[in-house]
Amino acid sequence: MEILQHAHELAERLERREISAEEVTQAYLDRMERLEPHVHAFLARTPEQALATAREVDRRRAQGEPVHPLAGIPVAVKDNLCTEGVPTTAGSRALENFRPPYSATAVARLHEAGLPLVGKTNLDEFAMGASTEASAFGPTRNPWDRERVPGGSSGGSAAAVAAGQVPWALGSDTGGSIRQPAAFCGVVGLKPSYGRVSRYGLIPFASSLDQVGILTRDVTDAAHLLEVLAGHDLADSTSVDAPVPAYRKALQAEPRGLRIGLPVQFFGDQIDPAVRQAVRQAVDRMAEAGAEVVELSLPTVEHALACYLVLAPAEASSNLGRYDGVRYGFRAQPDGRPAKDVTEMFLATRGEGLGLEVKRRILLGTYVLSAGAYQTYYLQALKVRTLIRQDFERAFEQVDVLATPTTPTTAFRLGERLERPMRMYQSDLCTVPVNLAGLPAISLPCGQDAGGLPVGLQLIGRYLDEAGLLRAAYAFEQVAGCRAAVPPLAHLGTGAGEVTIHG
Amino acid sequence: MAEAQLEMLDLGDLEAVIGLEVHVELATQSKLFCGCATTFGAPPNTQVCPVCLGLPGTLPVLNARAVEYAVKAGLALGCQITERSLFARKNYFYPDLPKAYQISQHERPLCRNGAVTITTPEGLRRIGIVRVHLEEEAGKLVHSGDSIIGSEATHVDYNRAGIPLIEIVTAPDLRSPEEARLFLEELRTILRYIGVSDVRMEEGSLRCDANISLRPKGSTALGTKTEVKNMNSFRAVVRALTYEAQRQAEVIRSGEAVRPETRAWDEARQVTVAMRAKEEADDYRYFTEPDLVPLVLTQERIEGWRAELPELPAARRERFVASYGLPEYDASVLTSSRLVADFFEAVAQEVGDAKLASNWVMGEVLRWAKTEGGEVVELPVSVQGLAELLGLLRQGVINQAAAKSVLEEMVASGRGAREIVAERGLEQISDRSELEALVDRVIAENPKPVEDIRAGQTKAIGFLMGQVMRLSQGKANPQQVRELLHERLGVGG
Repeated sequence: MEILQHAHELAERLERREISAEEVTQAYLDRMERLEPHVHAFLARTPEQALATAREVDRRRAQGEPVHPLAGIPVAVKDNLCTEGVPTTAGSRALENFRPPYSATAVARLHEAGLPLVGKTNLDEFAMGASTEASAFGPTRNPWDRERVPGGSSGGSAAAVAAGQVPWALGSDTGGSIRQPAAFCGVVGLKPSYGRVSRYGLIPFASSLDQVGILTRDVTDAAHLLEVLAGHDLADSTSVDAPVPAYRKALQAEPRGLRIGLPVQFFGDQIDPAVRQAVRQAVDRMAEAGAEVVELSLPTVEHALACYLVLAPAEASSNLGRYDGVRYGFRAQPDGRPAKDVTEMFLATRGEGLGLEVKRRILLGTYVLSAGAYQTYYLQALKVRTLIRQDFERAFEQVDVLATPTTPTTAFRLGERLERPMRMYQSDLCTVPVNLAGLPAISLPCGQDAGGLPVGLQLIGRYLDEAGLLRAAYAFEQVAGCRAAVPPLAHLGTGAGEVTIHG
Repeated sequence: MAEAQLEMLDLGDLEAVIGLEVHVELATQSKLFCGCATTFGAPPNTQVCPVCLGLPGTLPVLNARAVEYAVKAGLALGCQITERSLFARKNYFYPDLPKAYQISQHERPLCRNGAVTITTPEGLRRIGIVRVHLEEEAGKLVHSGDSIIGSEATHVDYNRAGIPLIEIVTAPDLRSPEEARLFLEELRTILRYIGVSDVRMEEGSLRCDANISLRPKGSTALGTKTEVKNMNSFRAVVRALTYEAQRQAEVIRSGEAVRPETRAWDEARQVTVAMRAKEEADDYRYFTEPDLVPLVLTQERIEGWRAELPELPAARRERFVASYGLPEYDASVLTSSRLVADFFEAVAQEVGDAKLASNWVMGEVLRWAKTEGGEVVELPVSVQGLAELLGLLRQGVINQAAAKSVLEEMVASGRGAREIVAERGLEQISDRSELEALVDRVIAENPKPVEDIRAGQTKAIGFLMGQVMRLSQGKANPQQVRELLHERLGVGG
């Protein structure tokens, strides 16, 4: 089997019975094992479970039973999505050895479609971070440069897809946690509209911003997988009860008639010239091919990061209160003995169970919700959020999509920003406004900087218009050459750059 | 302070200002945000699921029936219903609170601005309802051993976690512990009438905290208040508030200032004890619950629920007085339970005599009724059964004494009145010639009392009456016997 095939290509070969689901799954499991020491994308691997699912798919196909078109194509899931019976840690010591008795709705939908789950991917603890360095279980490496971060918090999923350990993976995105690592690793990262995919079983960071999404190697795969995941879920009151279009049918390479907006606030000095240039070039190619390109302004967006740094920690401080050692997960034994009372148990459990970045955000969030600060910070941030949403609404009266850089820089070095939290947060500058507005957005590979590191281009769509967004993304991919490249690491141990599937 | 004093309160020239916060569990089949059962007394942690245990990633889904019950409670308490209300998180750490926050309502509660009228010895009093909101219960701590002190372990039972509650907050309109009790009783009656809660204090389905302050009589300013918690019965509310009012009065009279603080009622010692000062109060960091959408109710929906409400106790009391001519007291006893009121009305209609029905329901029937937690849960006879018995009484077939003994047997055996009367031959003797024979015989056999009566000592008639009744084995029609005796002995009247 050629490495780094697209899932939709594999689906066709499975459909034609050229290969079996078991062969595909085994081939990916082999790649996963071989590359894992170099990448550390996974916190848990589930080969037996994956092969069992694959064999079941093969059995059904052989017996002529109906199977989902994507059945048998392996998938990895970020470790903050609950998987029944499979350890789910959210990258935190607080949930070490936690095996949920239920699966997230998104995970259940993958399972129903017959996608073998090969493992759980690494992340910043509770999805709080932009480098995957805040994982309690060690950082993931960027397949393009192992001295660099893969981005975060869905760094494990992005690196696994980039290295070809899996054809695709699920992530979650609260302020850029899918799109930013997708950009750093040179793959496609789709964050659907808030409410498009059920959050049930997604271990929350900030409930009003969190959204489950997808990392793939091309836009077609993203469209395929979104069809599996999207839709109303009675278990999530914030999931949207709206029809789910056939996203694959929306994909058209035609740039003519497409109106692309360039918000000036996303092309300022905080953005590396190399990044700006790569994004401009892709947009220029679209213009040359007939797309209409207009510059416009989103004036409130410059307050987005500040607004996000109030709202997200506020919700996090509340969402993370439950890790107290009473019911499940980690419980501290101060000095090797049981705590002498409940307060000591709470303090020791949370003190030892939660990492530095998580504590920083809990402190920040607790403060902005407290009696003296609520009006000044929390309420004010809510108002700014409304203004940001209105800015986007006005923009979409003029254009179909907005194009921006996904990140201000390409992947930074491991350790470079660990001691400088504000620099770390800056990495989400371009992605955070989208979460605040609840809009769908996608990061596409958009060339490389001088050092050969991938650059990401972000497209932002109208609320619930994933079809329009994917259509534009497909045009960028086909016309402007926004395609995933293969990092050298992916060839490791394969000699000719190919693996062969026998049989 | 001696215990006896806690029954009475004399504050001299001061008056108490009291407001209550009452938590009532709603009688839904399932919890507020998940499908778990709410049965009381199930083995620990058998009515739990990932949602009410607060497992990571789980989300709340609002129970529509709980909303209905809360709105009906609000309507019955005269509230305005908020068309777009919000849920909020109340954040604090405690082992019985699975998510480390309680989903409650803060801004935009479901119901606002209502009132309840209570009847006090001084007349009717209107008690304002500031708000009624919906929230979830916490779990329950169970300490092994006899007391929390020295207990080796504490267990947590989450069966209760997530059961729907309404919190009812009154205005500071209550002026005495006794008024607080009257209010709670009226509240209990109303909530049971509309069927939204069992309101059983001993099962913890009604809990009450109180704010209390004192001020000079005639003043409209509010004094410094304390909050009193942990009152587990209506009696405890009266005693705790009486104690606290007296304590505050002593503080004020000694020239000191009442400290704003939260105090707990110590049932064993019959005192309130300081728990914490107000400035140490928790900061709950309320914010709008992002896992739920705003609760939007249309006017049609609200009015539909209003139309489903039964006639409420106050209205029913007034109607009983007006249309059945019952005394206030009788009307209030009969309406204190919807079951009793319905029963009374049905019997009254069947028999066509409201006064007779009311006497029997209030007397005999309630004496035999099964009650639990102050609520009538089962009546001893059916409407038809009692109506049949009262019909026989009214037609003069049996007399009062026989009727009571028949009812007793009806309750014991479940058989009908007519059947018992026939079997035991209890039909009253109303035949004039038969009665004349009995009366004449008694007159003949008792010359001395007869002489006394003829000499003007008419009270001996009672003795002769008794003799006739005895001779008839209790079956003689007493009215007719009395008339015959008067006639035969030439007594006026």
